[in-house]
Amino acid sequence: MNEAIDPTNNPNARIPRTPWRLFWDRLRRRRLALTGGIILVFLYAVTLLAGFVSPYHFEREDRERFFHPPIRPMFDGFRLVVPRFKPVEGQLAKYERVQGETRSLRFFVQGDKYKLAGLIPCQTHLLGTGDEQIPVYLLGTDQLGRDVFSRLLYGSQISLSIGLIGILLTFSMGMLVGGISGYFGGWADTIIMRLCELIMSVPGLYLILTLRSVFPAGMSSTHVYLLIIVILSFIGWASMARVIRGMTLSLRERQFVLAARVLGQTRLKIIARHILPNTFSYVIVAATLSVPYYILGEVILSYLAVGIQEPQASWGLMLKDAYVNRQNLTLYPWLLAPGAAIFITVLAFNFLGDGLRDAADTKST
Amino acid sequence: MGQFLIKRVLHMIPILLGVSLLTFLLLDLTPGDYFTALENNPQITKERLDQLRAKWHLDESWYVQYGYWIKNLWFANGKLGDLKSQWNKEADGRVWRVIKHAVMPDFGDSLQYKQPSSQLITLRLWNTFMLSLMAMILAWGIALPLGIWAAVKKDSWVDRSCSGIAFLGLSIPEILLGLLALMFAYSTGWFPIGGVESDMYYGVDEWSIPRLMDRFHHLLLPAAVLAASSLAGLMRQMRSNLLDTLRAEYVTTARAKGLGEGWVIYKHALRNAINPLLTIFGYSLAHLLSGAFIVENVMSWPGLGRLTLEALQQQDYPLVVAAVLMATALLMAGNFVADLLLAWSDPRIRLEK
Repeated sequence: MNEAIDPTNNPNARIPRTPWRLFWDRLRRRRLALTGGIILVFLYAVTLLAGFVSPYHFEREDRERFFHPPIRPMFDGFRLVVPRFKPVEGQLAKYERVQGETRSLRFFVQGDKYKLAGLIPCQTHLLGTGDEQIPVYLLGTDQLGRDVFSRLLYGSQISLSIGLIGILLTFSMGMLVGGISGYFGGWADTIIMRLCELIMSVPGLYLILTLRSVFPAGMSSTHVYLLIIVILSFIGWASMARVIRGMTLSLRERQFVLAARVLGQTRLKIIARHILPNTFSYVIVAATLSVPYYILGEVILSYLAVGIQEPQASWGLMLKDAYVNRQNLTLYPWLLAPGAAIFITVLAFNFLGDGLRDAADTKST
Repeated sequence: MGQFLIKRVLHMIPILLGVSLLTFLLLDLTPGDYFTALENNPQITKERLDQLRAKWHLDESWYVQYGYWIKNLWFANGKLGDLKSQWNKEADGRVWRVIKHAVMPDFGDSLQYKQPSSQLITLRLWNTFMLSLMAMILAWGIALPLGIWAAVKKDSWVDRSCSGIAFLGLSIPEILLGLLALMFAYSTGWFPIGGVESDMYYGVDEWSIPRLMDRFHHLLLPAAVLAASSLAGLMRQMRSNLLDTLRAEYVTTARAKGLGEGWVIYKHALRNAINPLLTIFGYSLAHLLSGAFIVENVMSWPGLGRLTLEALQQQDYPLVVAAVLMATALLMAGNFVADLLLAWSDPRIRLEK
């Protein structure tokens, strides 16, 4: 009679699910969160292969085609072809099709040199026509005749990675400092919390720009990239540390922590092994929801001309181009494409973060 | 209550001191100073530059500079003479004028504009404040009714489309929204671009109706962009708060008493649902300040954010310090007001603790 209950005898009996398993089961039911996750996986995959997916190099300037509108490949029988365009005399951003002249769109064509994933030298591109005179500009060109689509992809390398690295830095720092502050208490706690208060009481962008001005304006893009991450993390850790401190304060009185203390574990080990893992579900949700903050931080700094510098591509820098051409933006609205890219990325992170939060909330169903 | 007020105000002082100290330290780490740009000018000799630097204490180390700055807040050299001349000026309200001069802190003259920083900032701060205020009115005015509507009609198409819009609104970056608004303004010509008012009103009476209308016209588009970003969050919050309170037992009681649904919602549930929103008020001010920074720069609104950016680029340190302090003070004032509002609306909250 006990067989039905005893899991060792009955393989069909329900084995208790682990917390992670429960979490995953709840997350799987949320379609929006999954959609967000899938979009992000796709975006990051494309970003990793930016050089390969983009038809041109981000610095390549086409002197004959400024502000070229997006070119849509079309079907000619069963082939995808790209028509030839020539500029209309005396009109800005107006190009007309040259009838009868097309080039078929080919895959894996040889083109500009680049480094795959920043390492392997390569010149094969996913898409292309292989003909300089009949280019394929999927999102048009900017004021220097550079392919917006290619620049968008190269820019995503900066924008998307800044979010992940920034989060990693901020959260490891916030968790460590918050854990120490909450567990030890006393003067360390007081100093850390006052510091957090100081950082949090200055409106974010004012502090970010003041910090940025500490370093010379004309730094190379690589240095600025690292600098942006450090600055954003320097500001971001404060709020994280405060929340973790609050959680630690309540966790340190729990019995499993007392047990660990009785067993003679060192204090740092207790914080790292017993207290911080209990804050993970909060941390993961908060991390996902604050990635957009880093992406937008880079965008704003580059937009204000103190971030990533030309000729590098970044989403903020491209939006600055759009701003510079604001008077005729209705003529070439494709310059706003990076804005749409930011929007989609942030939306995906919000979807995922929202789903994660619901899934981590064990109280509701 | 009184004790709490005093405590909070006193609590602001160390933070403001800390922020000013931090700003000074950071500005000192900045390579070069305001006069570096003049070094290449052949008309200015090196001795003259050294004189200028000495005059502004730029040749000293940063803590000495900070000391001078602190001292000059209220006890600048020649302050007494200044007060005397204010007193001797024959005009109405001289007592008031002298007190004002004595109490108002002096943040030093801007290096670039050769004017008191506080004067420059007051003007810009007013613009930023108007922008934020207008955005807030728009955001709350639209978000609250929409949130209530969505909660009352839970799971209907209204609710769905509201939450859809909220998601979009939360994700759309202010820069993109600002650029779209600019595009809209340029293509339709319905809205003026940049500035607080048209040039033609220069010198016209400050409170004349056409001038105010013109200012409002200039304000509308930037404020709408700024409002759009905070609208979504507010709406979602309002909806979930109201849904929470509608589940409470006193609502069931009210319904059991036979009260009409409208009475139940607006008289019983809504009042309690709005309470948590008041805490967001302070937070939303912080958000608005950061947002205003972006909107000011995209839409050429002459506010505090733009001034700060220009001052930072010029390394005009008195102006930078004053602007950062002002922004901080504004943020803290917002949090303070939020606390007060909360205490006023919810008698269970005791501030004395």
